[in-house]
Amino acid sequence: MQAAKVLMVGAGGIGCELLKTLALSGFTDIHIIDLDTIEVSNLNRQFLFRQSHVGQSKAKVARDAVLKFRPNINITPYHANVKDSNFNVEFFKQFNVVLNGLDNLDARRHVNRLCLAAEVPLVESGTTGFLGQVTVHVKGKTECYECQPKPVPKSYPVCTITSTPSKFVHCIVWAKDLLFAKLFGDKNQDNDLNVRSKDDSNSKTDVFERSVDEDLSQYAQRIYDHVFGYNIETALANEETWKNRRKPCPIYVKDALPEDAVQLNGSSKDHKNEEHEPSAMVSLGLRNPQEIWSLADNSRVFLEALKLFFEKREKEIGNLIFDKDDQLAVEFVTAAANIRASSFGIPLHSLFEAKGVAGNIVHAVATTNAIIAGLIVIEAIKVLKGDYQNYRMMYCLEHPTRKMLLMPVEPFEPNESCYTPLVLEVNTKTTKLREVIEKVIKSKLGMNLPLVMVGASLVFEDGEGLEPDEAANYALNLEKVLAELPAPVVNDTKLTVEDFQQELKCSINIKHRDEFDEEKEPDGMVLAGWSGPVDKQVTSNGNKRSVPSSSSADDVNSTAEDVSLKPGMKRKLNEILESHENSDTLQNKSDVGSSSAQLVEDDDDDLVMLDEDPKQGKKKRLQ
Amino acid sequence: MDGGGAERELTAQETALYDRQIRVWGVDAQKRLSKAHVLVCGMNGTTIEFCKNIVLAGVGSLSLMDDQTVTEADLNANFLIPPDESIYGGRSLAEVCCESLKDFNPMVQVSVEKGDPSLIDGEFLDKFDIVVVSGASLKTKLLVNDNCRKRSKHIAFYTVDCKDSCGEIFVDLQKHSFIQKKNGGETEQQELTYPSLQEAISVPWNNLPRKTTKLYFAMRVLENYELSEGHSPGKTTLSDIPAVLARVKAVRDKISLNESQVPTALMERLLAAGKKEHPPVCAILGGILGQEVIKSISCKGDPIKNFFYFDAADGKGVIEDIPTPPPCAN
Repeated sequence: MQAAKVLMVGAGGIGCELLKTLALSGFTDIHIIDLDTIEVSNLNRQFLFRQSHVGQSKAKVARDAVLKFRPNINITPYHANVKDSNFNVEFFKQFNVVLNGLDNLDARRHVNRLCLAAEVPLVESGTTGFLGQVTVHVKGKTECYECQPKPVPKSYPVCTITSTPSKFVHCIVWAKDLLFAKLFGDKNQDNDLNVRSKDDSNSKTDVFERSVDEDLSQYAQRIYDHVFGYNIETALANEETWKNRRKPCPIYVKDALPEDAVQLNGSSKDHKNEEHEPSAMVSLGLRNPQEIWSLADNSRVFLEALKLFFEKREKEIGNLIFDKDDQLAVEFVTAAANIRASSFGIPLHSLFEAKGVAGNIVHAVATTNAIIAGLIVIEAIKVLKGDYQNYRMMYCLEHPTRKMLLMPVEPFEPNESCYTPLVLEVNTKTTKLREVIEKVIKSKLGMNLPLVMVGASLVFEDGEGLEPDEAANYALNLEKVLAELPAPVVNDTKLTVEDFQQELKCSINIKHRDEFDEEKEPDGMVLAGWSGPVDKQVTSNGNKRSVPSSSSADDVNSTAEDVSLKPGMKRKLNEILESHENSDTLQNKSDVGSSSAQLVEDDDDDLVMLDEDPKQGKKKRLQ
Repeated sequence: MDGGGAERELTAQETALYDRQIRVWGVDAQKRLSKAHVLVCGMNGTTIEFCKNIVLAGVGSLSLMDDQTVTEADLNANFLIPPDESIYGGRSLAEVCCESLKDFNPMVQVSVEKGDPSLIDGEFLDKFDIVVVSGASLKTKLLVNDNCRKRSKHIAFYTVDCKDSCGEIFVDLQKHSFIQKKNGGETEQQELTYPSLQEAISVPWNNLPRKTTKLYFAMRVLENYELSEGHSPGKTTLSDIPAVLARVKAVRDKISLNESQVPTALMERLLAAGKKEHPPVCAILGGILGQEVIKSISCKGDPIKNFFYFDAADGKGVIEDIPTPPPCAN
């Protein structure tokens, strides 16, 4: 242990527990990377941090805290993004093992590739609520992190968000990525909201623009009536849409708040908001974030929040991005989503729940992280000893399976078809290179700084160190449709894409197709032969045209940014367990019937082993 | 159990701090936690992990009982003790740990209870809802368990012991009602009745299923050996192994059990362990125990009944229900 050099990626929930346990277990040379700073909501489990540390670097504070009880060990913190180019293969090669404590799929895949390239063992882990898992990935001995497809948070078709929501999450995405973005975000951004008003269907004015000196209350009501009243009526006019769907009800301010006096003069005279962070809830005396507000109260919050943004935070308007820790933004989005939900007959939710959905909040407790950290160190020690026969994938369950709360499973062998030849169906006459790079190469394939070649011609390159004329050339290419690139990309063209940092290279065969289904194929292109994640969660950085996802779960009580844990784990469990024996102990199971593997118990050893299942072919247990 | 008066709402500070865990167990459970009082007897690598967890979770109060003076050996698995003799020298384990634990959550009252667990009973115990005992002799464990059961107030009793890279947790919730979440999302009220520690360790070995975790038997052998020799826990060493094995053999011969039921190798590991604790195993046992206590206080979720074993050698964390309930016991 003493001689080992360990890299930890992540100094959050798992990271704090892991760093502490590594230090106690005799490790003396630990490097730790984390880009985050400390927030109040971290303090319920990231115990190395205190209230006074809020805003500071997690990696640095964690290091200082551990040095207090182990002053003589070396901990090197990096307040940085692990995807930075300086964390290259050479950097990774210096370590004996890499331990991940991350909370997103994107970074995990990146680290996985670097570890494969550097030939350094990786111990992966994840937790959500009471569930957790630890997996070991050693090149050549076990499958890599990406050998098994990982489900990714959902994204929704644009029309579901703009016209036909059926779940609360759709309303949240509308409120956050369309309405909030339109009112308070970058004005130059494309937005799918209907901006034409009833009276000026031919004019160029944007109804969301507040006229100079327009009374705030009037403006707020105008916006309300436009998005919840007029837009709904417009949508209703299209009979076809509603043939098999419940029709929404338009809602106007006068319907939702008939008794409220309409204040047309001046701004809100409320003094409660003077000292604190502006809050509509405070203004209105709504104290309980767990309470589900009535349509009337939601409407009041909507109008009040909108006014408060203009009254107290005018300078930020035009630059705001939704942040789950921005109280006023959360209030606004909750209210807007609820009013829309009301219109479409979808159940309303409390601010607490809405915040969880809008902010992709992962529910988390200290105990699971502590258990997982212990399991990680146990596996790490085996890896350092080269004890490969004993590597285990460890699962921490909420309900026991065969009396076990902590369940070891032998790792699988590497998957030969990890990156098989890919086929991309796309309209080569109308699709720009930029779209293919964003939606497929960076998103689905997870490349960070890709290079795209057609035969021997380099049509695109990303990264530092480009000559200005090269960069200009690539910028031009991005905006060209595939068929019109200097090296034309048409049916049967083969693209070669590569990321040097990740040491990943693959081929994509292009197939031309004219039409794509807007609902089922919202990206306008389909990638086949891909055994990896299907849809990437596009983070709302304002650059993406298609509507980003915000939550994977329909059940608001179990939102998670990275669901690779629960369903991925469920899938493995399904393969392992005999369905009829254990179906009542699996959580959230839905397709246990597909399980075909058997549990074999060896009397002397009581190890969980897998039968060789002919259907599973490549996946065999470790010899 | 909870000090009367109207149910108060969580403060804004609590809601902000506990947001992520409220999303796991709900506001109601969080409120119950804030009214719970916990006693821990025996500060070691495992119980401090447990203490960290429940302080972060936001219990009402935590009382620590351990008059032993801090020694350098205690620093091995205990991250609450600053490695500076000028700070810890001459002070009790409870005192030094208390100081560090307070830092983790200013809303939890952490304090020291001077005294000897073998002498606690009666009204003293009524101050608590949860009692955890670790590193104590069998005699002390039985005594405290018995005293908890005698009170009319419902007091949950736990033991936890880590022997190097394996360990045991025992749970006695007496009669415990809780809400169980079913597959479809509906909830159902359940009730369990737990045996006392005395009952749980007095089961004749040949009444137990053959697949029962071997650690159960091994721990009982060690307990009994220590009891009969008057050794304090952890003082039995490898040099005692011949005598211990002879004891095991005698028991086994009487009830015709074979060697694999209580493997020699396992006994040797336990004896060699002494008071040593492997930090990853402390984290695991402390985490599981933390979850159990939270479940018990909140009356939500299936509690362990009634033993939990973890062994890093095979990575399994197993629940044993001893004595084994008869089938269709309803």
